[in-house]
Amino acid sequence: MSSVVDKVWATLEPLTDPEIPVVTLRELGILRDVRETPTGLEVVITPTYSGCPAMGQIEDDVRASLEQAGIEARVITQLAPAWTTDWMSDEAKEKLRAYGIAPPHRTCGSGAGAGEVSVLKFVRRQPTEPVACPQCGSTHTVVTSEFGSTACKALYKCLDCQEPFDYFKPY
Amino acid sequence: MSTPIDYLLHLADNAVVLGQRNAEWCGHGPILEEDMALANVSLDLIGQARLLYQRAAELMGGDATEDKLAYFRGPHEFRNYTLLELPHHGALVGYAAADRDYATTIVRNFLYSALMVHVWDGLQQSADPALAAIAAKSLKETSYHLHHSRDWLVRMGDGTEESHARAQAAVNHLMPYTEEFWTTSPAEGAAVAAKVAIDVWALRPAWDALVNDALAEATLTRPNFHGYITEGKIGLHSEHLSYLLGEMQGLARAHPGATW
Ligand SMILES: [Zn+2]
Repeated sequence: MSSVVDKVWATLEPLTDPEIPVVTLRELGILRDVRETPTGLEVVITPTYSGCPAMGQIEDDVRASLEQAGIEARVITQLAPAWTTDWMSDEAKEKLRAYGIAPPHRTCGSGAGAGEVSVLKFVRRQPTEPVACPQCGSTHTVVTSEFGSTACKALYKCLDCQEPFDYFKPY
Repeated sequence: MSTPIDYLLHLADNAVVLGQRNAEWCGHGPILEEDMALANVSLDLIGQARLLYQRAAELMGGDATEDKLAYFRGPHEFRNYTLLELPHHGALVGYAAADRDYATTIVRNFLYSALMVHVWDGLQQSADPALAAIAAKSLKETSYHLHHSRDWLVRMGDGTEESHARAQAAVNHLMPYTEEFWTTSPAEGAAVAAKVAIDVWALRPAWDALVNDALAEATLTRPNFHGYITEGKIGLHSEHLSYLLGEMQGLARAHPGATW
């Protein structure tokens, strides 16, 4: 890896998610790549949810950091492969938990395999694993709403410590 | 391979019109959790619409932009299903005032997302790589919309006498509009021929199974269809779309190019 690419990674490392300031864009998997091309440096980011209002802010933050460091690079938004919570590092998940957000379980794909015809292919009746309360660790929890403070989170309640909490949904 | 722009607009208009409708609940939800849920569903839909309009504008070239496509086309140029522009209540003329009915909202979101999970799933194999990428993202979001609306459909249908009656009325009112899913518009035909789209007709058994399963669990009955098939996707809309677009487009038209 060239030193200029390293420098870009280092410059962007402090950037965090505007709504979850304990995890970095790199740890979340939003910052995908930094590459040298014949026409200059490129920084590749990918949106989380299609309509995530934080994406504009994230792109602005990336541009501002690059400018401040005197780095000339294009910021490219790339849709494929689609962002998934599986890209989150274990450290990032632990940081989320410590921040009070239950981290996402691993996704199991979109249900049945490609081409498989199944009535309930897209209907998930129960989460496959229990969601542990980030406060007390109890798995005695219930979902209050499929959508929490943002599209990426569901609202849960702990039946042991009675605390409500956000669960970062597998995506 | 050329991607039929009208097909992208059909998908985008569906998303933006339902996104705008659902956003009417923002600040008026029946409970706080649902207020937030509907706002988040709208954000997803408007986000999907933006990606699709951006792709359409890119293919159109010239001075086309996502904003021009969303804000500066008239009702007859919109290609959304009529189902999605209807107000959140039973049949009334466009200017009539009525209370929003959450059962109508939920049933519509269910019927549409039950279709779109299959459409997005299939479009992941689209010959247009940009559309395939949008489909892969949208599928994840739509799966949550389906889960949310199906859950409430079952709660309402298998709930109290009042909630059951309202859910059944909403099903009776909205189900006929779903017939529009299964006709082939020229834009859809062209997109299928270009391998950009999948044949929606082939999805019908899967959609039927999903809908029938949920209705049965919700103790609701599926009405028999007879009558008129709506044609919103070829630009022939109900009177409701103009009111919706009037509200959605008014600001952009009064202050072109405004930023804040
Ligand atoms: Zn707890």
